Parts: sequence; C-alpha cells; structure tokens
Amino acid sequence: MDVEILSRIQFAFTIAFHYIYPPLSIGLGVGLVIMEGMFLKTKEPVYEKMTRFFVKIFALIFGIGVATGIVMEFEFGTNWAVYSRYVGDVFGSALAAEGIFAFALESGFLGILLFGWNKVSPKVHFLSTIMVTLGSMFSAIWIVVANSWQQTPAGYKIVGEGMEARAEITDFWAMVFNPSSVERIMHVWIGAFLAGAFLIMSIAAWYLYKNKYQDFSKKAFGIGLVIALIAAYAQLVTGHSSAEVVEQYQPAKLAAMEGHWDSSGAADMYLFGYIDKKKEETVGLKIPGGLSFLTHQDFNAPVTGLKAFKPEDRPGSLNITFQSYHIMIAIGMLLISLTSYAAWLWRRNKLFEKKWLMLVFVWAVFLPQIANQAGWFAAETGRQPWVVYNLLRTSDALSQSVQKEQVMFSLILFSLVYLVLFMLFIYLLNKKITHGPWHTDSDKHSSRHSDMATELSKPSSQS
Amino acid sequence: MDTLLGIDYATWWFLVIGATFTGYAILDGFDLGAGAIHLFLKKEESRRIALNAIGPVWDGNEVWLVIGGGALFAGFPKVYASVFSAFYIPFMLFLVALIFRAISIEFRSKEPMLWWRKMWDVSYSISSIVIALALGVVLGNVMVGLPIDAQGNYQGTTLDFLNPFAMLTGVTTLALFMMHGAIYLVMKTEKRLYTKLTIIVKNSTIFFVISLLLLSFYTLLYVPHMAESIRCNSWLFIIPIGMVLATANVARCISQQRYRIAFFSSALNIALLLVVVAVNLFPNLVLSSIDPAYNLTVNNAAASNKSLSIMLTVAAIGVPLVAVYTTFVFWTFKGKVHLDENSY
Ligand code: HDD
Ligand code: HEM
Ligand code: HEM
Repeated sequence: MDVEILSRIQFAFTIAFHYIYPPLSIGLGVGLVIMEGMFLKTKEPVYEKMTRFFVKIFALIFGIGVATGIVMEFEFGTNWAVYSRYVGDVFGSALAAEGIFAFALESGFLGILLFGWNKVSPKVHFLSTIMVTLGSMFSAIWIVVANSWQQTPAGYKIVGEGMEARAEITDFWAMVFNPSSVERIMHVWIGAFLAGAFLIMSIAAWYLYKNKYQDFSKKAFGIGLVIALIAAYAQLVTGHSSAEVVEQYQPAKLAAMEGHWDSSGAADMYLFGYIDKKKEETVGLKIPGGLSFLTHQDFNAPVTGLKAFKPEDRPGSLNITFQSYHIMIAIGMLLISLTSYAAWLWRRNKLFEKKWLMLVFVWAVFLPQIANQAGWFAAETGRQPWVVYNLLRTSDALSQSVQKEQVMFSLILFSLVYLVLFMLFIYLLNKKITHGPWHTDSDKHSSRHSDMATELSKPSSQS
Repeated sequence: MDTLLGIDYATWWFLVIGATFTGYAILDGFDLGAGAIHLFLKKEESRRIALNAIGPVWDGNEVWLVIGGGALFAGFPKVYASVFSAFYIPFMLFLVALIFRAISIEFRSKEPMLWWRKMWDVSYSISSIVIALALGVVLGNVMVGLPIDAQGNYQGTTLDFLNPFAMLTGVTTLALFMMHGAIYLVMKTEKRLYTKLTIIVKNSTIFFVISLLLLSFYTLLYVPHMAESIRCNSWLFIIPIGMVLATANVARCISQQRYRIAFFSSALNIALLLVVVAVNLFPNLVLSSIDPAYNLTVNNAAASNKSLSIMLTVAAIGVPLVAVYTTFVFWTFKGKVHLDENSY
C-alpha cells in the first residue's frame, strides 16, 4: 500500500466516523427545539422531562462529534499538503467561516444548554437550544459548500503551472453558490433530520415495546414521526435534484452511480446489480430506459456513459460507487414506506398496539445512518480520480514529505482510538437509555426551571 | 498591493492570525493548565469542582484553535500545508490528545466507580499536558526554523522536532498554562480547595519563572536570531520588561487575594510571549534552515488579495458576534462553582 491509498483510507475512515455524530446532533437538535418549545407552550412537565432526557443524550453525541471533528481540519494540511496549497485560497475561507459562524455559536451556547438550567430563565435556555441547533446546521452549510466546490468548482481562476498551480478566488458568492451546493446542503440537512428523528423514535419505541413510560414515549415518538415523515418525502425531492446536478456537471459520476456504459440509445436504470469492470458492462435487474426518463423525462434520450471517458478518467472503485448509491436509494424508499405506514396507523390510533412495528423502529435507527454514509461514499468515490473535479488529481494532491510508515502509524492509531471510543459510546448510550427518563435525579433540584412554567403563565413575568 | 489603514492585507492577516492564536492560548490555556494540575487535587469533590469550573466553557475555548487553523489555511495556505505536513507525527499525537481530553471530561462523570473516575482523571490530565507540550514544541520549532526546501516540503526526519530548544519551549508553555489554569481555578473555588490551589499557583509560578529564565538564556546563546529585532530596536525591550513585571504581579496579587488581576497578568504574559515570537519572525512566518531564500513570508505565502479581503470581512462580522455571546456565556457562569444535578 502506498501513501496515496493509505491517506485516502485514513481520510475516509476518520470522516466517516465523524459523520456518525453530526447528523445525530443536528437532527436531535431539531427535536429538542420542538420538545422544549412544546414545554414552554403547554407547560406539561412531560415535555420538560423529555427535553432534559434527550439533552443528556445529545451531550454525549455532541461531545464525540466535537472530539472527532478537529482531526479532519488538520488532516487537510498533514496528509494533503499539495491539495491544501491548491485550494486554500478558495476553500480556506469556507472553513474559517465555519469556525467563526458555526462552531463558535454552537459550542458557546452548548454550555448554557447543558449546564445553564438553573442559571438562566427558561426562555433564555430555549434560545440557547435554538442557537446550538442553528450552529450545527450552519456548520453543515460551510463544510458542504467547501466539499461542493471540490465537486463543481466555480468562482475561481487558476494561477501558476505544474506543481505550483493553484486556484484563486474571483467571486466569493459564486464559490458559495457553486452549482451543487444548494442541493447538497438540503440533502445533507434532511439526511441529518432523518438520523435524529429515527434516534428519538428508536428510544421511544424501545420503551413502548417494554411497556415503560407510556405517555412520555408516545409523545416523543410522535415528534420523531412527524419530522421523519416530512423528511423522508423531502429527501426524495432533494436527492432527485442532486442527481440532476450530477448528471449535468459530473457525468462520469452519474454513469458510475447508475452503472451506465453506452452513451448512445436509451439508458437503463438498475434496481440492483453488479458492475463488471473488465467486460465493461453491468448485470442486474433493470428498468429499460429508466435513467433516460428520470434525467430527461423521455425513455429514449441518450445519457453519457462510462465508455465516453478514458479509463484513467473514470471513477476507480465503480462497484463501491454503484452499490452505495443503490443502498442509499433503497433505504430512502424504505423510510418513506415505513414512516407513511406508521403515520397511517397513528391516525387510526393503532400504532402503539403493534409491538412488532415498535421492534422494527428500535432497529430502524441504523437505516438513515447507513444511507448517510452510503450517500457520501457514492458522492466521494464517484468524484475520483479527481480531488478537485477536472482540475487536480487525487494522486497529485498528497503531502510530498510524508512517508508511508507515518501514515500507517496514524491510521492504526486512529483505528484503535476510534474503536475504543465507539464501544464506550455504545455502552454509555445504552446505559442512559436503560436508566430511562425518570432515573435522572434532576427533579430534586431543578426548582427554577420547573417553577418557571407556572411563573410564565403569570402576566407579570411576561416582559 | 491593497492596503487598509496603510497596512497591506497580508500583514493584517498576519495580525489577525496572531491575535486568534493568542486568544486561543489565553482561553484554552487555562483549561489545559487546569487539566495539567488536575491530579494534584486529591479529593473527588475537588476534582469535580475543578472540572465543572471549565465545563461550560472549554469547548468554546477550543473553537479558537479551529478558527485559527481555518484562518491559517485561508490566509497562508503554504504555511498551513508546509508546517502541518512537516510535523506529521506530532500533530497526530496532538489530535489524539485533543480527542482524549474531550472525552475524558465528558465520560468521567458517567459512572460512579472509583477506577472509572481515576482512569479518566489520569487520561484528562495527561492529555492536557501533552497538548500543552505539543503546542510549545511546535512554537519552538517555528522559532528555530524548519528544514524546508523551495517547494515548502520538509526535508528533516521525524525526530528532528524534538530538539532541545523546542522541548524547552514546550516545558515553558506547560508551566505558563499551569500557572494560568491554577489562577483560574482559584477564582472559581472557595474554602479548603481554594487554599490548596493558592499553593499550587505559587509552585507553578516558580516552575514558570525557572523555565522562562532557562529559555531566555538558551535563546540568547543558541538562537540569537530570535532576539535580533529586540536588539535592533531597543524600545522593544519593553516587552521582556512587561513579561517580568506581569509575572511578578501574579505572585503579588495572589498573596493579596486579588486573583482577577492575577489572572489578567498571566493572560498578559501569554500574549507578550507570543508578541515576542511575532515581532522576531515578522515578516517571515516559517524560517527555512536550509536556505533563507526558502523562507515562507507574509508576501510569498499569502493567499490572494481578493481572498484576504473576503476573510477580513468575515472576521469583521464574525469576531464581534462571537465576542458578544462568549461574554454572555462567561457572565452566565461567573462566580464560584457550585455543583448541581447538571454538573459533571
Ligand atoms: C470539505 C471537504 C470534504 C467533506 C465535507 C467531505 N469530504 Fe470526503 N474527502 C475529501 C473532502 C471532504 C477529500 C479531502 O477531498 C478526499 C480525500 C481524498 C480524496 O480524494 O478526497 C475525501 C475522500 C473521501 C473518501 C475516499 C474516497 C476515495 O478515496 O475513493 C470517502 C469515502 C469520503 N471522503 C467520505 C466522506 C464522508 C462520509 C463525508 C461526510 C461527512 C465526507 N467525505 C465529507
Ligand atoms: C472535512 C470535513 C469536516 C471538517 C474539517 C470538520 C471539522 C469539525 C470540527 C473541527 C469540529 C469540532 C468543533 C468544535 O470544537 O466545537 C466539528 C464538529 C462538528 N461537525 Fe464537522 N467537520 C467536517 C465534516 C462535517 C460534515 C460533513 C458535517 C455535517 C453535515 C459536520 C458537522 C459538524 C457538527 C454539527 C459538529 C458539532 C459536533 C456535533 O454535532 O457532533 N462536519 N467538525
Ligand atoms: C430517496 C432517494 C434518494 C436519492 C434519489 C438520492 C440522491 C443522491 C445523489 C444523486 C447524491 C450524490 C450527490 C453528489 O454527488 O453531488 C446523494 C448523496 C447523498 N445522499 Fe442521497 N438520495 C436519496 C436518499 C437519501 C437518504 C434517505 C439519505 C439519508 C438519510 C441520503 C443521504 C445522502 C448523503 C449524506 C449524500 C452525500 C452528500 C451529497 O453529496 O449531497 N440520501 N444522494
């Protein structure tokens, strides 16, 4: 294994691990805003319980998200020095903006969200919850902008040549609103909402399955279900527009995601299958003309295929791109069916009687996680062999002074550390869930916050 | 070259990044220092109070490192790329230490078992020490210069970073943070713990003074270029004077129980230390020990003017905003620490 492959594995591994947590934080954040908002509105103590319970889970997830995030910011410089010199002028500003607009906001107010219950009024606390959630959504914006610029560069010019070449920014807003960023931010956000909503539902469903905390769990499940139902449908829409952008700006990626080889004639769509790289064909179950229809609303329109690209310009791991893309879409469809069915039962007051369905929801928490990971794997492996699309090849982007042994060392180090981290995370999460919302000794002391519920209703305190 | 108030953008950006890292050192410095002295506190209750003193703010403080890194990436991409790839192994260990510090704070309180808490106490303290040392070692190496070639690629070996000067800078940084962190904890505590901490402040101040003296002698003898600006501009001698006075003031204020002033004095100390470095480096950012022609300077390593002006706008909007709510957060948690059900 050479430096390139090791560095790619390391980047993929560290960011994929990081990406377990931020979507949960973002999605759970939205859930918390709704729960605490409900509490302030209805003053029902169960919503306060709910908020406090999920804040504890949020804290655990957020903590690991923060701990693993800094790694990538440094990795750009340590492993991808040529790339950093190349993109710094354009992309550094997005990263710095992320720090100053997003991370500062979330980590600042996080202190109040976690420790401020007895120090600030409920309204200020609610405001902090909103700020933390907004902060985490902003961080998704800036990092996805940076990544989208690599996918579909805009608002730059190239100066210098050979190893000295680099991109210089010419138009900040064109960089921010590069052709793929809006679609991808939406898609990433909604993917995060799904992840958070399914976590809420999974915990609630577990309690319901065990016949515990009925009232609490039904209400929490309801909140999760509403978010998930809307998000599942919305994800189809944003995913579809993402695919249109890919078709227009990264045809080789689309061809890899769809396993499409010939540029002439109708393009088929595979429901599932396998790419045979040697024979340059895809085998599997297909809808004839399906891809043509989806991209051009015409069953016979031609779509650029892989054969239109020189082999060295095609994505290298075609099957990873193809399979992960298909896994994501399959899960997308599954989520739509699952949430629609649950919502239908809910309206007929039959949802919580269905024990087996509760069990399905307990495990369904993994579906959005897998889809999120698969989506990024499809998007990122489909971008290869380019690190900046059509401008800089991944093999040219490495740090020149870093040796194989060093990367091997760090890769092993991170694998071990993350393994321990992940096991501790699961252990503590499980412990929090089994102890349940009533275990926390919080009500013993939280005089101020709960008193405020009554106080708020008095006209005098409505300043 | 475009200018703002008569100073060109690249120099502005040098100042902004310098200020960001100074802010980081002052803010996260007290968290790291508190972590470094953590094991000197023996009682469970004391340790909890010490942790909760930094609990609500440490993450916000660490963000200044993230901002500084991003600002360096954006403002001087070549420096970011060269320095980070040069220090591959130290940075990886630094990252692992950052991870361990974060999770130790988070995980410690989650189980009541003695061994569990001890384990995270040790991991918290060691990782804080490693972070402080690593920051100092990188600073020290930047001061002596790196073997980088014309492309900015590092030509040294992995172990070159452990040279005596850099290690001495590392130890000094650690001592400074320990003093700073101990003062912060004194401000947040009362009774027996308070008394205990005042003793730790005294000891860490002595530790700092000794390592600073050693570092100064070492610099004058072996790294004379670091003292050149001060030698040439005698008015800059005010900086070392300031450092000596600030350190003396720390000791004085502590014995008079005026710890807030002591805290500002040690913060000033941190700032002055970085000012010395900046004054002596400027206009260079990274010195090449192979050939001065390969130095990365404010002019040859800066991003384009367009990029720098965008970033200045971002900073002009962002920094006041951050300042407002950071103040709000610190103000919310002002005063002595009292444990409650939300505490670690
Ligand atoms: C702002 C930049 C950025 C962002 C937001 C992401 N990535 Fe990425 N990714 C890169 C910047 C990047 C990169 C630095 O440009 C890499 C390293 C090597 C390469 O080709 O691209 C990369 C490679 C890379 C690879 C390896 C692809 C290959 O070598 O074939 C995977 C699997 C991922 N990433 C996965 C992710 C995931 C799961 C993300 C979700 C959080 C993600 N990326 C966000
Ligand atoms: C290469 C890409 C990335 C880098 C360099 C990066 C960097 C970071 C850093 C430095 C932190 C810690 C901030 C702190 O100290 O408070 C962090 C946390 C976070 N990141 Fe990332 N990140 C990346 C990818 C992403 C993506 C793709 C998303 C979202 C879609 C994201 C969302 C977040 C969020 C919400 C947090 C707060 C912690 C949490 O919610 O778990 N990051 N990231
Ligand atoms: C339902 C049908 C879906 C379609 C048609 C779809 C389509 C797409 C496409 C075309 C991309 C690649 C975008 C690019 O490379 O620029 C993508 C990426 C991605 N998808 Fe999906 N997707 C769907 C469902 C989902 C679901 C359910 C999730 C998660 C819960 C998800 C999460 C992601 C993520 C995280 C990415 C990577 C970020 C990005 O490139 O936007 N997708 N999706």
